[in-house]
Amino acid sequence: MASTADTAPILEMREIRKTFFTVKALTGVELTAWSGEIHALMGENGAGKSTLMKILSGAYRADVGGEIKLAGQPVTIDGPLAAKRLGIAVIYQELSLSPNLTVAENIHLGRELSKSGLIDRARMERDSAPVLERLGADFGPKTLVSDLSIAERQLVEIARAVHADARILVMDEPTTALSSRETDRLFSLVRQLKAEGMAIIYISHRMNEVYELADRVSVLRDGGYVGTLTRAELSAERLVKMMVGRDISGFYKKAQGEHHKTGALMLEVKDFADGRRVKNVSLTVRAGEVVALAGLVGSGRTELARLVFGADKRISGDLWLEGQRVELHSPSAALATGVAYLTEDRKAQGLFLDMSVHDNINLAVFGRDAGRGGVLDLGSAARRATTAIEVLKIRVAGPHVEVGTLSGGNQQKVLLSRLLETAPRVLLLDEPTRGVDIGAKSEIYRLIDELAARGVAILVISSELPEVVGISDRVVVMRDGIVAGELDGSAEAPITQEAIMELATGAKTTAAA
Amino acid sequence: MTEKPESAPASTAQKGPDSRARFQSVVRTVGMAPILILLCLLFEVLSIVNAVGSWSEAFNQVMNGHFWDVVISGRFASAQNLSIVAQQAAVNMVLAAGMTFVILTGGIDLSVGSILAAAAMVALIFSNIPDLWWLAIPMGVVTGLIFGVINGSLVAYLRLPPFIVTLGALTAVRGIARLIGDDKTVFNADLQFAVIGNGAVYGVPWLVIIAFAVILVSWFVLRRTVLGVHIYAVGGNEDAARLSGIKVPLVLLFVYGASGALAGLGAVMQAARLYAANGLQLGQSYELDAIAAVILGGTSFVGGIGSIWGTLIGALIIAVLSNGLVLIGISDIWQFIIKGLVIIGAVALDRYRLSSSART
Repeated sequence: MASTADTAPILEMREIRKTFFTVKALTGVELTAWSGEIHALMGENGAGKSTLMKILSGAYRADVGGEIKLAGQPVTIDGPLAAKRLGIAVIYQELSLSPNLTVAENIHLGRELSKSGLIDRARMERDSAPVLERLGADFGPKTLVSDLSIAERQLVEIARAVHADARILVMDEPTTALSSRETDRLFSLVRQLKAEGMAIIYISHRMNEVYELADRVSVLRDGGYVGTLTRAELSAERLVKMMVGRDISGFYKKAQGEHHKTGALMLEVKDFADGRRVKNVSLTVRAGEVVALAGLVGSGRTELARLVFGADKRISGDLWLEGQRVELHSPSAALATGVAYLTEDRKAQGLFLDMSVHDNINLAVFGRDAGRGGVLDLGSAARRATTAIEVLKIRVAGPHVEVGTLSGGNQQKVLLSRLLETAPRVLLLDEPTRGVDIGAKSEIYRLIDELAARGVAILVISSELPEVVGISDRVVVMRDGIVAGELDGSAEAPITQEAIMELATGAKTTAAA
Repeated sequence: MTEKPESAPASTAQKGPDSRARFQSVVRTVGMAPILILLCLLFEVLSIVNAVGSWSEAFNQVMNGHFWDVVISGRFASAQNLSIVAQQAAVNMVLAAGMTFVILTGGIDLSVGSILAAAAMVALIFSNIPDLWWLAIPMGVVTGLIFGVINGSLVAYLRLPPFIVTLGALTAVRGIARLIGDDKTVFNADLQFAVIGNGAVYGVPWLVIIAFAVILVSWFVLRRTVLGVHIYAVGGNEDAARLSGIKVPLVLLFVYGASGALAGLGAVMQAARLYAANGLQLGQSYELDAIAAVILGGTSFVGGIGSIWGTLIGALIIAVLSNGLVLIGISDIWQFIIKGLVIIGAVALDRYRLSSSART
């Protein structure tokens, strides 16, 4: 380890807990980093990495009882400003630069230099130049950030951290949007910063990056601390085991090898690409089959589902439904053909929060039920709403309550019933249990099973591995816009969390089955 | 994390069943009605004081047992004046109904005043052609519809911001209105449809009948048709609307088309009152009164929330204000200032009321 024994670690976080209302996001996490160390932080989506980093950067405050020490001194980080003053810099996936300002202005953002009350651009530019040079930038301080590539913008963020004398730099999946050459440059820069004595906390899902860079790796799971491995102890199997190692709880119906009865080929996606996140994807779903689409966030799963649903435009590929080639140019065409999509972001893209449960449930079928001249059939709408509330056990006082007042689980059921009213043949469910309590979760699983039994072809996108393993007949794993592999539950390609994680992170690249 | 826990709000907030949700929507609909009533009372009292001479004089007379004499001396609440108020409100009501559709989708239509001018010119020109005079009314409405559909296409298909599109149309269509009449006032002393502007049925002016018919039809469209639900849905959450299979561009095309067509109808009403139209002056800043009526009516400026009844009340508040201030002899200059402040104050009050009864 790159540290001398007599100095304290630059960062020590102990017993960090964070509770949101009743949800325990972190349950006693620890993290230690030394100056001149690259410390990788790994874990599944929702393991608590972001929450931990938000506590470090002052965006959240930890519950009382934990301790944060910087270079041996206990500190309180009560806001982003405090974190900045203590020398903590965070580079998020969504960069936080103002594109309409110059590089120098961005580097000095919030700490502008002035001369007798007026902004002193010349000095800010002079001041930024050496930092940029040291980091090997090939653009000057006067460049507009909007003229820079993503990789160059990242460099500006790093320059900002260096310029602010940051001692601890957190990087949250910095390579997601970079090409391999840009990634190489970033890595050498990170090593340079390390050599200069900075402590770098590097959040990544990608095995090979962690292998290449990290001196040590800490793993979080379900908001808890699992352990830390040194470079010497590092192995893919060990990491994967640490990241997923937990029991599959009993509430998955199809727990032990009990598969759905599948029928004829229902959905065929051939060579889909959108020129951005989806590079080339083919997959099939049979009638009555539940196929999980697994992969890391950013692997192109949601984008693929939206292409199938006609919500976005693809640049290549064919879509077949029950052996017929179809063209779905819009969501309305998709719904009319029997393809329904449940969005992963129900508040922003799914529900009409100010409208009633009744209206939300009926919204996709008002037109179908309407009488002449588009006059609403209020009788059948009311019946649909009442029935849906009963069947899906939506906990609400009545159909005229606004959806925005419901809990997450009940909102999700309302959204699901809107889809089901369209009587789909193919259901694309994007994170159907996200932000949903355990009771509603098991009811949604039950619903998925029932729909499969009725012959609906179901494609479930999920980041929760136990869920993927628990409900699916087959798993297609995506990585970087392509299908990394498929697991059909056979002896050669068993559906296990480890196998999915290996494919998703690229620890193993051979596609099974 | 931001989700509410499953049990607590579900059981407490929803104890009083569905009726509470319905009650809230009634409160929201009634909205500004109390302010309208207060304004009417205020103007009635002030007009009484005006008629009697002074506050002390009025007080003395009431004390001396001439209560009813004092009360009937008020000029505001007379049948004749109320009929004038309703007529003054009528054209704005028609424009504001169209504006309600547009604002419910989260848009805005700044061009209705100019469209009204252009449509009025077309209507009057047709009324002056001996064989085609019967086309005057339909052509006025169609002219408005055409401009509205152009606005709508630019918003719906080119995805241009409604504010920009209709701001451009505000200027361009005003120019067209002047162009149509060669920049002169068009008269028709024997206007065939003048009855619309000046006649009445059983004492109810045609203008008022038309305005209320428009309000009723708008209510039906908004609350009883698929299109209406889709308008609310597009305004509430456009992304979700698209993903629910709603053809968002068609909805947008409809609302701007309707706003234009109603501006055309407003043009016919206005032309019928005046027997004339002038491309430069007619309908100047009518869009602002229409927007004010919609906002006073409690319709959300970002779309998705609001009702046509609110707009009706909003339009009445504006008409009452204009009429009442004249009646009690406030100068023209102060009328502007007071009207502006009342609009801001009323909406501020409404916000406060809504936020204090906001959902959990």
